[in-house]
Amino acid sequence: MSRLCHFFRTPEAIAGASILALLVVVALAAPLLFSGDSQAIAGPALLPPFQDWSLPLGTDRLGRDVLAELFHGARTSLAVGLAAAAAALLIGSIIGTLAGFAGGLVDEVLMRITDAFQTVPSFLLALAFVSIVGPSLGVVVAAIALGAWTGPARVARAEVLSIRERDYVAGARVLGMHPLEIAFREVLPNVLPSVLALSSVIVAAAILTEAALSFLGLGDPNRVTWGGMIAEGRTVLRTAPFLSVVPGIALVLTVLGVYLAGEGVVESAAARRSLS
Amino acid sequence: MSVLAVSSLAKRYHRGGKPFAAVDDVSFDIGPAETLALAGPSGSGKSTIARLVLRLIEPDTGRIDFEGADFLALSCAALRSCRARIQMVFQDPLAAFNPHATVGRVLDDPLRIHNIASRAERPRRIAALLERVGLDAGLAARAIHEISGGQRQRVAIARAIATHPSLIVLDEAVSALDVSVRGQILELLLDLQRQERIAYLFISHDLGVIRAVAHRIVILDSGRIAESGDARAVIANPQSAIGKALVAATPKLIRNRP
Ligand SMILES: Nc1ncnc2c1ncn2[C@@H]1O[C@H](COP(=O)(O)OP(=O)(O)O)[C@@H](O)[C@H]1O
Ligand SMILES: [Mg+2]
Repeated sequence: MSRLCHFFRTPEAIAGASILALLVVVALAAPLLFSGDSQAIAGPALLPPFQDWSLPLGTDRLGRDVLAELFHGARTSLAVGLAAAAAALLIGSIIGTLAGFAGGLVDEVLMRITDAFQTVPSFLLALAFVSIVGPSLGVVVAAIALGAWTGPARVARAEVLSIRERDYVAGARVLGMHPLEIAFREVLPNVLPSVLALSSVIVAAAILTEAALSFLGLGDPNRVTWGGMIAEGRTVLRTAPFLSVVPGIALVLTVLGVYLAGEGVVESAAARRSLS
Repeated sequence: MSVLAVSSLAKRYHRGGKPFAAVDDVSFDIGPAETLALAGPSGSGKSTIARLVLRLIEPDTGRIDFEGADFLALSCAALRSCRARIQMVFQDPLAAFNPHATVGRVLDDPLRIHNIASRAERPRRIAALLERVGLDAGLAARAIHEISGGQRQRVAIARAIATHPSLIVLDEAVSALDVSVRGQILELLLDLQRQERIAYLFISHDLGVIRAVAHRIVILDSGRIAESGDARAVIANPQSAIGKALVAATPKLIRNRP
């Protein structure tokens, strides 16, 4: 309860949480409100918004319902963003914990690999990966995670370096606990809070990367995505700008919401720490 | 035969670029059910010796024989299983446990790792361990950070005896406790030693505590042994400068001296 009170102290956090809540509702409601194929033709092509109340946001070049596409796009954005961020945080935590805890050669090798991944721009990495393996939802998630795990890995390693000197880790060794159990059961859970503090930035970046990949035609072709919608709308940008603007606004709002809510969580955690 | 025999142990660290010896040519041994005290001022190398003896760090030179076998020759898996026989209690019982642990989990670990009891049997064993160190069995469900410092140190002792060790290293194990709690913990340690014939390497800077529990004493100064011998005799009549200084720094001792 007090957690929630802390969280809702700042207007930014409230705004962020509201946007995210709306997004989640939209994503969950999409298949209920717009059952059937969102890519099916629903009316005349290029109907502008607010003309026909059964198609409130109008239709695109092929006569598909823009609102339905927007709702289904929210599902993709959210699913890819969350899955990619979760994968990046998981991989990063495991690699960072192993590097920091093992030290020596293992640390050296893992951190060189991390360096290598960090020097390649993550978007190029994702682009190359999807181009080679082929676009599908799973591949897009993997491609984004591939460029995003290095930050969590560094944070986890730095945290492990301080935790591993603590008495309780020595105590676990004295007990005869296996080093892997010490690393993943004793150390990793105490590293997670600092790593999770990165999650909002990573989710936001993942959503943007997914949109960019879709914009370039490298998204899952069987799913509606906001990036794909923007790309579609580009061909008729002069005559029907709303086709690009509407998903663009959705994208900006989502990233903003994720970011603000994430900041709110970090701040409320800091406030709680300073209180206790 | 001694439980632990340490000979010519040395460990160097670097300070400001140049090497210095944290432990230098230290030799001692501990017999079964014996308490050997390591005394010395802060920074004299007591904790370093504790860590060397437990192989939390490796010595530069020297030899450690534990229960008659070369302890330094043990490889990873053999060392882990041997750890059942040599345990440790730390100074700060809060820092010595995972901050998210419960009392039950802390005591479950040694029983599980060394296959001392089956999963079904462990809750009963944990309750027995808690009672053995004078705690209520119901404490098992509590978080480590919820119980008092004295209770925590009892849990640490319970964890150390869970695997039936022949030696427990206690690094300033009672230094952080209130005087009244300290007395009870020392009583518990003496009682355990009598009943289970455990040897203690008892590290402390407090000669009053050492005289109450130790049979023999080794006084360290800057990583080297300044003097050693029967605990009461050395404390009553120290020969080394550092021994005299330690005695002088313990006012109660002077008054009690025979
Ligand atoms: N990991 C380390 N690196 C460098 N110096 C250390 C390290 N551990 C201990 N020392 C130094 O070794 C000396 C002995 O330390 P320690 O064994 O902790 O002493 P005590 O426990 O008697 O107070 C101290 O001067 C300490 O600064
Ligand atoms: Mg010390």
